[in-house]
Amino acid sequence: MGPLPSVFGMALATGTGRRPSTLTTLWRSTVGKKAAMAVSGVVMLLYLVFHMLGNLKVFFGPGELNGYAAWLRTVGEPFLRYGWFLWIARCALLAAVVVHGVAAYQLSRRDLRARPQKYLHQRRQASYATRTMRWGGVILALFIVWHILDLTTLTVNPRGEPGHPYQNIVASFSTWYGGGIYCVAMLALGLHVRHGFWSAAQTLGVNNPRRDRTLKICANLLALVLTIGFLSVPVAVMIGVVH
Amino acid sequence: MNLTLRIWRQTGPDAPGALTRYQVSGISPEMSFLEMLDTLNEELILTGEQPIAFDHDCREGICGACGMVINGQAHGPERTTTCQLHMRHFRDGDTIDVEPWRAAAFPVVKDLVVDRSAFDRIIGSGGYITAPTGSAPEAHATPVPKEAADLAFEHAECIGCGACVAACPNGSAMLFTAAKVVHLNALPQGAPERATRTRSMVATMDAEGFGGCTNTGECATACPKGIPLSGISLLNRDFLRRA
Repeated sequence: MGPLPSVFGMALATGTGRRPSTLTTLWRSTVGKKAAMAVSGVVMLLYLVFHMLGNLKVFFGPGELNGYAAWLRTVGEPFLRYGWFLWIARCALLAAVVVHGVAAYQLSRRDLRARPQKYLHQRRQASYATRTMRWGGVILALFIVWHILDLTTLTVNPRGEPGHPYQNIVASFSTWYGGGIYCVAMLALGLHVRHGFWSAAQTLGVNNPRRDRTLKICANLLALVLTIGFLSVPVAVMIGVVH
Repeated sequence: MNLTLRIWRQTGPDAPGALTRYQVSGISPEMSFLEMLDTLNEELILTGEQPIAFDHDCREGICGACGMVINGQAHGPERTTTCQLHMRHFRDGDTIDVEPWRAAAFPVVKDLVVDRSAFDRIIGSGGYITAPTGSAPEAHATPVPKEAADLAFEHAECIGCGACVAACPNGSAMLFTAAKVVHLNALPQGAPERATRTRSMVATMDAEGFGGCTNTGECATACPKGIPLSGISLLNRDFLRRA
């Protein structure tokens, strides 16, 4: 039997033909691609919460922070070899960043094509955080490259002593550009999380009118706590509390 | 009232368009925006000029034909359709800019008239139930829970005017598609085809070249019928569950 006329397509679609796999359907649709962005965003957000908490050890002296950094390499031993946990986490994060970035790029290109002509009057209805998601994301992507070169590979770090993150952090934040880049990026992060967290809930379909307010408050709190937590370190170095 | 109008004039789909300045006088505050345009058109016809083409039909706010962007806002400064917008919301001597809906999926036909048949194709791909319904059934033959009926009715209010697409910075049709999907999926009559409807309507929406949703909320703010933004979350949930 040949293909059925398309007028019957919907009624019989469940029984005939083969649909592409769920993942293909998701990635090809705008809704599914946004869901991929939401999930990868939540993965990065969870990481950031632990990263921020780990950073706060800087206030308890070089021993605390450097000990914590060394311990991170031993997580999972003896099941995992030394350093493996860190590499697994790095791979997962890289995957999340790539998925988030590729989806954002593809969706943004589509969005710009869908609205080729602007209106005479630019309305400023949406919040600043909402309007700066794309450029904020670009700033954060560039920052991640800088941040890895500065404090992971130590390529651009003014001190660059492996195994001594405390001293490297202090050295980096003591320079005007090191502290400056970090502070700007953390403000961008706060804005990105503020819209991103609520938007992820909406995209994944977990938002509803009763939860909306709570989710917005959670997004604001999360953005505020992350920004303040991350900013506390360079500020403490700049005012000399951490040295 | 005396007004200066700057109206988008475009002779055909492929012709270049431009804003043209017109002076209208003797406008009463009780006139609707469309009656004001009628007054201007009568003058243009008398002077041998082409009248301004704009869509209109019921002129009582229920058909969704009269779409235009007034001073950067879909349907103008009041949350209603253009036919229900009255000139008392403007001041004597005002300059008013009038443009067509701007979206790649809504090409301009002439002046302020755009081709919204992309919406028809979205409806055609699942915005109905395939069971022959015959004449109106007895009201209690299929019990509908109150909550489901309210949800369906809230979303069934959509008149397909396209203000959501016009207001969205991404030219996204998510609010429109959500209104149709949620309306039908909420009811027992629509339940059997829930999965195919959701997949099919989202696929058509994407294929028509609408942008993706970035949760700016501009659509729900512009909607003359108050379709809630939470409908998009419900659509997302249905799509992700059934992809």
